[in-house]
Amino acid sequence: MKRLIKDESLCIGCGACEEKCSTAYFKENNREKSRIKVEKMEHWNRLTICTQCGVCAEVCPTLALKKDILGVVRLNKKECVGCFICVGFCPEDAMMQHDDYHEPFKCIACGLCTEVCPTGAIKIREF
Amino acid sequence: MNLQELKNNRKILTEYSYEKKDLYRGYTDKTLYINISNNEVKVKDVSDRMKEKFIGGKGYGMRYLWDAVTPETRWDSEENEIIVAVGPVGGITQYPGSGKSLVCTISPMTDIPIDSNVGGYFGPYLKFSGFDALEIQGKAERDVVIIIDGKEKTVRIEEAPLEAVDGHILGEQLTNMYGNSESEKRLVSVITAGTAAEHTRIGILNFTFYDLRRKTARMKQAGRGGIGTVFRNKKIKAVVVIAEEVKGNLNNAFDQGIINETGIKLHREMAHLDHLQNNMRKIGTANIIEVMDAYDLLPVHNFQYGSHPDTKKIESKVFIRDYCTQNMPDGCWYGCSVACSKAADNFELKTGPYKGHKVVVDGPEYENAAGVGANCGIFDPHAVLELNFYCDTYGIDTISYGTLTAFAMECYERGIINKEITGGLDLRFGNADASLALIHQMAKGEGFGLIAGQGVHRMKKHFVENYGADAAFLEDIGAEQKGLEYSQYMSKESLAQQGGYGLTNKGPQHDEAWLIFMDMINNQIPTFENKAEALHYFPMFRTWFGLLGLCKLPWNDIVPANNSETEEPAKIQEHVDNYHKLYYGITGTKIDSAEMIRQSERVYNFQRIFNIRMGKGLRKNDKTPYRTMGPVTKEEYLSRESNYEKQMIELGFDLTGKTVEEKIALLRKHRESQYEQLTDAVYKRRGWTMNGVPTPEKLKDLGMDLPELLEVIKPYL
Repeated sequence: MKRLIKDESLCIGCGACEEKCSTAYFKENNREKSRIKVEKMEHWNRLTICTQCGVCAEVCPTLALKKDILGVVRLNKKECVGCFICVGFCPEDAMMQHDDYHEPFKCIACGLCTEVCPTGAIKIREF
Repeated sequence: MNLQELKNNRKILTEYSYEKKDLYRGYTDKTLYINISNNEVKVKDVSDRMKEKFIGGKGYGMRYLWDAVTPETRWDSEENEIIVAVGPVGGITQYPGSGKSLVCTISPMTDIPIDSNVGGYFGPYLKFSGFDALEIQGKAERDVVIIIDGKEKTVRIEEAPLEAVDGHILGEQLTNMYGNSESEKRLVSVITAGTAAEHTRIGILNFTFYDLRRKTARMKQAGRGGIGTVFRNKKIKAVVVIAEEVKGNLNNAFDQGIINETGIKLHREMAHLDHLQNNMRKIGTANIIEVMDAYDLLPVHNFQYGSHPDTKKIESKVFIRDYCTQNMPDGCWYGCSVACSKAADNFELKTGPYKGHKVVVDGPEYENAAGVGANCGIFDPHAVLELNFYCDTYGIDTISYGTLTAFAMECYERGIINKEITGGLDLRFGNADASLALIHQMAKGEGFGLIAGQGVHRMKKHFVENYGADAAFLEDIGAEQKGLEYSQYMSKESLAQQGGYGLTNKGPQHDEAWLIFMDMINNQIPTFENKAEALHYFPMFRTWFGLLGLCKLPWNDIVPANNSETEEPAKIQEHVDNYHKLYYGITGTKIDSAEMIRQSERVYNFQRIFNIRMGKGLRKNDKTPYRTMGPVTKEEYLSRESNYEKQMIELGFDLTGKTVEEKIALLRKHRESQYEQLTDAVYKRRGWTMNGVPTPEKLKDLGMDLPELLEVIKPYL
C-alpha cells in the first residue's frame, strides 16, 4: 500500500505542495485546485491529505472510485456522475471539488508534492 | 427464454426519429406524446405559460390530464392518459432525492386524478433524452413495449408477445436486452407493472434502477391509486428509456456552483448526523416501525390498535440483522446520500410461482412492514418481505394491499364474511399463509383475490349487497376515503392528522401532511387555527417536491444539528432554504418561501377543481371513516379506556352512570364535531368556500382564474 503521510509539526505553511499539485494536474497555480491542502492555524499548520482509507469508494454509487493494486484510490472519470457524495463523506475532507469541473479529484499518492516540500513534512510511504 | 427469441417475436408498429433538445436551466421545453391506439408519436412544445403556472412534474401531469379527459372519462377510457413528468430540479446528481418522477392518471380506485411519485432512473433519463414529460394515451390492441432511445434519438412502439409481465423478470429482461455491459445497463431504465395489476384496481408501476453492486435491476414503485392497472389495461408491458450518458451538468444549470455547494453541505450532514438521528442509510424508512409502536401509532388489526407485543419480531433491527445488506450506497437516484432504498439479498421465496428462487427484495419500507405486517397482525419478518416482494413484482400497491387485507380480515373475524365467501381462505389476523394465498390469487385473477383486489371501497359495497353486511358498520371500519385506502398511520388521537388524511386531493395518503408528532406528541398546534395553518403550509410545501422532481425524505429525515433551536423546528428552515438555492441554481430565478407556496397553491387548487370536475372534491368527499377518528367498537374503546375517559372528563362531560356504548357515542359526537370545525378552519385558510370549493377571488389572487376552472366552480358558488 502506498500513501502520503504527514508531520504537521514540520510544516511551515509555504504552500509549495499545493502549487506543485495544482500545476501538475490542472496546469494552474491555484490552491483551490490542489489535492493537498495547507491551512495556517494560529499556532500550527493543518495539512489535509488523503489516507487512501477507501470510504469514498464505499459510498460511490457508480463504482467510479476503486483501489488500485497499490491500495491507492483512483477515480474513473468516465463512470463518475459528479454527485460529490464522496466529498461529503470523506473523513479527512481530502476529496476535493472545484466548480470548474464536473468530477471531484483526489490525491493519488504520486509524490510530486513531497519533492518540493522544504521540511519533509509530507512523505510517500509504502506499507 | 433467451433475449434473441424475445426480440425475434417483436413486431415494430412505429418508429419515430426526433431531434434531441438539450436541457437549458432544467428544462427541455418538450413533451413526448405517444398514442398507442393509432401509434402516433409526436413532440409537443411546452409553452412559457405552462411553465409559469405549472412548473413541472405533477403540475405538468395534471395539466395534460385535464386537457385529455372529460368529466365522463373513467380509468379505462381510451382517452385516459398516463403522464410521467420530472421537473426542473429533477436529474441533478448533487443533492439527495433529486430523481423523482411524478405519474398522473385517472385512477381506477377514485375516478379522479391520482399522482404518485417514484424513484428509479426513468424520469431523469427521460429528461436527458430530450423530454420534460411523457404522455401516453390510447389503448394498444396487443401487448406492446415502448422504447425511448436517447442514444439513437428514436421512439419505437413494438408488439412484445413473449416478454414476461411480472416486474422483477421483465425489468431484468429489458435491462439486459438494451444494455450490453454494466456501464450500459445503468443507462437503461424500465417501467413495468405486473400480473396482478391486470386483475385488480391497485396496480402500481415499477421504475427500475440498475444496481452495479448487486448486478441487478432493482425497482421503485409509483404505488398509489392504481396507475399500474391503467398501464396494463392499455396493454403496455413496459416503457424503456435509454440514456446516452449521465453526468453532473446535464441540466445545464444557471449556476452549477450553488447546486454543488448545497449538495455537498447535505452530504456532510448525512455523513455526520444520520447515525445519530434516523439511521436512514442503514435501514431506511423501516427505522420507525418500533417508534410508531412505542407511540401507539402503528396500525394493528385494521387500525383498531396502535401497538402490539409482537412488534419486536418485525422491528428494524431484525431486518438489519437477518435480511438486509448494510451500509451500501442504496440511493434510487445518483447523489442520494440518504440512501433509503434498502434491499434484502438472496431472499429465498417460500411460496408462489417463484418459490425457491433467491431474489432481491426492495425493502422493507415502513409502509409495507406496517401494512402487510402489523395491520394484518402478521409479525413474521420473512412473510413481510415475501409479501413485499410479491406486491412489487405482481405490480400492486403494498399500502392498499395491507389496508384492504386488514379490512377483509376484520370482516372475516367478525363473521361478516366466511370461508365459503373467501373460497376457503382462513383470513384470520396473523395468518400469513392466507395473505400469501390471497396475493397469488390476485396475480392469477381468481377466487377471493378478484374481489379483494377491487379495494376496500368496492368490497364494502359487495359485502353489503351480496352478504347482507351492515353498511354503516363497514363505512366505519373500512379505512378508505374517495376510494383510496389509508396509508399506515393511526390518526385516531391526532385531529390534525385526521385532516392530514381527510383534507387531501388524491385521498388519504400521508404525503401531503404528517402532523402527528407536531400535534399529538409536541402539542405545537393546539388551536383549530394552528392546525389549519399547518394543514395549509405543509400540503403546499410538500406539493412543491412533486413539481420540481424531488423526494421529501432529505427534507426532514435528516435535520441540521441546531434545528431544534430554530423558531419553527417542524419546518426545518435551513433545508427549505436549500430548496430555494437549488431552484435559483437551476433556473436563475430567485424564490422565497412565500413564492414556493404560491407555486404549489396554483397546482393544488387546479387539482382540487379537477376533482370537482370529475365528480368528487367537495366537502362530502372529505369526510373520513370513524375508525380513523376514534373507537368504533367496544374493544377499541376499552383498549384505551382511561385515556378516553380522562379526555372526556377534561372536556366537562359527565360520565356518571354511562355505559361503555354511551361513552363511545359521546366521544364520537365530540370528535366528529371537531373534524367539522377543523374542516371549516382549513377551508377558510385555503381560500375555499365551506363546501370546499376554491373561490374565484382565490384563483385570481393566484393567477389561476382560468376560464376552464371558473366554469367548473360556477355551479357551486
